[in-house]
Amino acid sequence: MSDPRVSTGPIPTNPTTPAGDDVLVRVENMVKYFPVRAGGLIQRTVGQVQAVEDVSLSIPRGKTLGLVGETGSGKSTLARCVAGLIPVTSGRVIFDGRDITNLSRGAMRPVRREIQMIFQDPYSSLNPRRRVGAIIGDPFIIHKTATRAERKRQVQELMERVGLNPEHYNRFPAEFSGGQRQRIGVARALALKPKLIICDEPVSALDVSIQAQVLNLLADLQRDYGLTYLFIAHDLEVVRHVSDSVAVMYLGRIGESGPREPLYRSPRHPYTVALLSAAPAADPDAAAARQRIILTGDVPSPIDPPSGCRFHPRCPKAEAVCSQQEPQLEAKAGDAATHLTACHFPVQAGENLAAASRSKLR
Amino acid sequence: MSITGLEVAGQGAAAGEAALDADAAKIQGRSQWQLTWRRLRQDRVAMVSLVVIGIIILLAVFAPAFVAITHHPPNIAYPNQGETAAGNPVPPGTAGFWLGTDGTGRDLFIRILYGARISLFVGFVTTAIGTVAGVSIGLMAGYFGGIVDTVLARLTDAVLAFPYVVLALALAVVLGPSLKVIIAIISFFAWAAIARIVRGQTLSIKEKEYIEAARSLGAGPFRIMVLDIVPNLLAPVLVLATLYIPQAVVFEATLSYLGLGIQPPTASWGNILADAENFYQVAWWYVVFPAAALLITTLAFNLFGDGIRDAMDPRTERLFAAGRARGRRGRRAKRQVLADGSESDMSHAAPYVPPAGGS
Repeated sequence: MSDPRVSTGPIPTNPTTPAGDDVLVRVENMVKYFPVRAGGLIQRTVGQVQAVEDVSLSIPRGKTLGLVGETGSGKSTLARCVAGLIPVTSGRVIFDGRDITNLSRGAMRPVRREIQMIFQDPYSSLNPRRRVGAIIGDPFIIHKTATRAERKRQVQELMERVGLNPEHYNRFPAEFSGGQRQRIGVARALALKPKLIICDEPVSALDVSIQAQVLNLLADLQRDYGLTYLFIAHDLEVVRHVSDSVAVMYLGRIGESGPREPLYRSPRHPYTVALLSAAPAADPDAAAARQRIILTGDVPSPIDPPSGCRFHPRCPKAEAVCSQQEPQLEAKAGDAATHLTACHFPVQAGENLAAASRSKLR
Repeated sequence: MSITGLEVAGQGAAAGEAALDADAAKIQGRSQWQLTWRRLRQDRVAMVSLVVIGIIILLAVFAPAFVAITHHPPNIAYPNQGETAAGNPVPPGTAGFWLGTDGTGRDLFIRILYGARISLFVGFVTTAIGTVAGVSIGLMAGYFGGIVDTVLARLTDAVLAFPYVVLALALAVVLGPSLKVIIAIISFFAWAAIARIVRGQTLSIKEKEYIEAARSLGAGPFRIMVLDIVPNLLAPVLVLATLYIPQAVVFEATLSYLGLGIQPPTASWGNILADAENFYQVAWWYVVFPAAALLITTLAFNLFGDGIRDAMDPRTERLFAAGRARGRRGRRAKRQVLADGSESDMSHAAPYVPPAGGS
């Protein structure tokens, strides 16, 4: 997916590019709060879970945006808002030149064909009581795009395309392995020939050897059908493998975003640096040479997030200003215009953050 | 599940090519129902109950044929052959009355058969109405949540909390006893228990990712409820429904016994027993046979319902296997495990698939 040839070639399935815009999805200042209710019979709202706070991002056609962050950082909520599965509190989602924010179910229907999701858990994402053929054939029935006979043929084509035996059409999900089940999920997402596929941690529930197979399948499909991916993961190596650009989320906000290589080579946000230092390395020499940055404390509650920079209570570089002033997401000195960091004190090349974190621990 | 399963099987058969069909049959996954049936077949008590239920249904359906054989219509009294000189019922076997006669000289056997027609009709119809209503109400409450759930769930609680015999008696008195009123009353009390179970299950199922997947495909709430939620509810609902049939039969008999159900001369096990009260010292058969009919019917349905519950629990497979190996001892062990609630909930956990299974 990182192959530069992919982006330059003509995209076969999406010949129309409205208004000459090469951005498929644009999220503008998205905010998503979940009300926290308490009380017995008469419920009142006692707080807000600030799951996504003022997030903006865009994904060019045929490219992959990797969204990383730890559990509770709001990445899945962001994905569900983009897919229109849950309403947005404020902000806009522009898909293919149209504003699709909080459309009614009827108005959203045609858009559903173009945005599909692949889910994290290959077990709970397939109804155990339905046969695989019915599961993959569902999109055709819901959108009335194929007759009965045609449907069976198309389902079997899809199964073959994702590497399943088309004769297993009549089997139940329980008869497949985790990797095969995830392929069923991919086939279902692919059925309507969508433009955007939101992958919500599609491989984190899989065995490592199976992860590679599914990732390669996704890469092949992107090349063949010109798909655009919003790829959510917490595995940094997986994201590095699949993404053209990467956004790092922490507690509902984007801390750093930019093209993959600069971001991985010279991360500027202390949180990104800490995340990268914690990722397991396959090379034992590299692993031994690396200095891990140990963050103290837990992720604060999104109901009552810290003031200023949301990372400041755990940041080894935090100073007084960090708790007072919200840092803007902007390009820092020496970075490309696309490499944005929200930090008052961005990490400089060669800086030893591990030492700083240790001195702070003491 | 069963619907789509049959549909798919039907398509396979329609393909026409024999070789293809054989292949399709080989790779066709075993559905939950096939597995349930396999387990049920090994449960001797449940199978005997099923046969008994079948016989009772056949007897009820073919009651007119027995009338043709005995020439004793259910509501015709035979004061000469059917009563003793003192005006009491005649014992079984007398003058072609297989089970004797009742207090007015009518054929007891024929009247019990006609009573079975009423009992089974009321049992099945009220259970069907109650199940459809209970599943619909429980589904809506669980799926839509919010104010819909508050209203429906409180209504369910209210019905369950009501002293139903008292309400039933009051309604029967006010509306006047008739078959329709009985069916309405029994159905009214049937749905609440099912609705509560269905609501709880729906609440948990709707959080599954496959529901979200269906929504992201653009499926509407009706489609999601029917195709994605209902098939996952069928097991507990089927068990509850099977166990409600005997309750409904007893409920009808109770109302009829109290004179507020089926009215004479129409035969019902309840009103036969009420009449028999006056004769129990001189005609044991008048009490014993209708009571036995009631007992055998409710027992058969209850035991069959228990059998279905066991068969639907995926964990009973190994217990049955143990039972086959060790005979009676195994069966007792199984009972014990099932009696211990922790081992016998209705959850259907996905089977463990080795991670290295490959794809």
